[in-house]
Amino acid sequence: MTPESSMGSEENHFRRIVIIWVVLSIAGDLLFWFLVGPHIPPGRMTSSAKDDQLDFNILMVIGLPVVIGVFEWLAYAGIKWNARNKDTPESVGGPRAAGNKRAEVSWIVITSVVVIFLAGFGTVELYVGSGSGGGEGPNPILQPAGAVQAETAALAGTGTWSPNSNEVLPVQVIGQQWKFTYRYPTFGGFESSDLILPVNTVIAFNVTSLDVIHSFWAYQLEVKADANPQINNVAFTRTEQLGSFEVRCGELCGIWHGAMFNPGHVVSQSAFMTWATSTESKNAANTKILPPFAWTYVPDANGADGGYYPDNVVPYSPVEVYGSKQPS
Amino acid sequence: MSKGGRLATVLGLFLVVVGLVVWAVASLLNPGVPGGVVNFTNSQAAGQPVQLTVQTVGSIGFGAHPSWVSYLVKNPTTGKWVHDTSWELPAHTVIDMTVYQYDSGSPLRNQEWGQVQGTIGDTATLNGTSFSVFNSNTGNGVGHTFAIPTLNVSVPMVGVSGNPCAVAPCHFDSPHNIEKFSFKTPGPGSYNWQCFVPCALGYLYGNGGAMSTQNYMGGELEVVSQS
Repeated sequence: MTPESSMGSEENHFRRIVIIWVVLSIAGDLLFWFLVGPHIPPGRMTSSAKDDQLDFNILMVIGLPVVIGVFEWLAYAGIKWNARNKDTPESVGGPRAAGNKRAEVSWIVITSVVVIFLAGFGTVELYVGSGSGGGEGPNPILQPAGAVQAETAALAGTGTWSPNSNEVLPVQVIGQQWKFTYRYPTFGGFESSDLILPVNTVIAFNVTSLDVIHSFWAYQLEVKADANPQINNVAFTRTEQLGSFEVRCGELCGIWHGAMFNPGHVVSQSAFMTWATSTESKNAANTKILPPFAWTYVPDANGADGGYYPDNVVPYSPVEVYGSKQPS
Repeated sequence: MSKGGRLATVLGLFLVVVGLVVWAVASLLNPGVPGGVVNFTNSQAAGQPVQLTVQTVGSIGFGAHPSWVSYLVKNPTTGKWVHDTSWELPAHTVIDMTVYQYDSGSPLRNQEWGQVQGTIGDTATLNGTSFSVFNSNTGNGVGHTFAIPTLNVSVPMVGVSGNPCAVAPCHFDSPHNIEKFSFKTPGPGSYNWQCFVPCALGYLYGNGGAMSTQNYMGGELEVVSQS
């Protein structure tokens, strides 16, 4: 076999491989996008969940052709270029590819474009999604419209929210060994073990802890923010579907860490309003005793008769409740 | 000593140190061995309320940790107090709970636990008087809570004045409060219960020791179908 005929065969092989690859990739991507993609976790309950599903699906659509290409090449090589076919031309690539500028440039350009596209896409998604449901710390850079006003008003005790108002709803998440509780500053600052959210509403989760580090992880909402003592970790999302979700602690926090979970519910705006106002009224007697709403609380009461809390310098005082100021 | 001998000695010492560290960490993290399960499923006719009686003590006074705070339960068969926090209860049944609280109290770290939640009527009685919220900044504060987090049940145990009983089981001649409330068990499953007052004196944040060891300030409710 002359080098020319060998080269011609190689090109035929390559063309054949590329055609098969393109057909399989398009078919695989379309099947994935339309059949599997809509069911990829965490679902579409919130804007951040929807965005994450989109991100995953985009990654999959880019990655699937790579996987198909690798296995197709393997299969093709196994069939066409195995040791029994002694008169087959040498395989595409291998020593013949060394120094092939076209192959080298193509490889660098294609991989660079993929990586740079993903970096840009990820950054845009993070920006457009106001942090994509991740904790952004006490001074979030990426905030949805209206968040600053709502948070400022919540702290001042002047926050409002009503159905169809399109206002951001601040919700405080308080981690403690071993349960999350929730305060609603817009509704008098009542605290509850229930996490109920209105649909089609931007939620500002303000996550903190009274003891060790926990992590507020509302999986189906695609919200995850560490709960650190004396730090307000803010995460945003927008509820877009009715339904139930589960909150779990995502940080190993002690013996009952595995039991630190609770259900949550996204309900209609009117149902939320009914629940919030009735709970505000029902819990009013206890809300009066709670500390004034604040982003963080300093639990200088040890809860066990004094003297053993790490801030040992503070003497026991019957007025020391979480959120109270340290006595001077 | 030859080079090989020195190497073996260093390696041996290294393994001993690693072993000691692993043993120390494992001992620290070991939640202890839970006791047996006190069975309440046959303590009454099917469908009838179960009488569950417990007491809280400031220091148990015996065992490996005599100074630790603890819950005890009254065995429905023998009528004796048992140091065991795993209880088997029938599903879909009203549990009438009586708590003899023998410990002192303090303000709560989170007053949310001063509110009675998840009981039938969201109320409890304290020495015969109904209440739904207890201000832990008043009186003797709150000593403990009985809470089943996954069922949203939580009841504050109001602290006593005077010298708390120091050796369990405690008796009526020691200062005590009696609290009663009822809740309904869900379907079969395992549900943890715990105290939400960080009452483990001497431990970081008050949540180590008795709060992090089985059979003291937390346990399991094994809810089973009753034939």
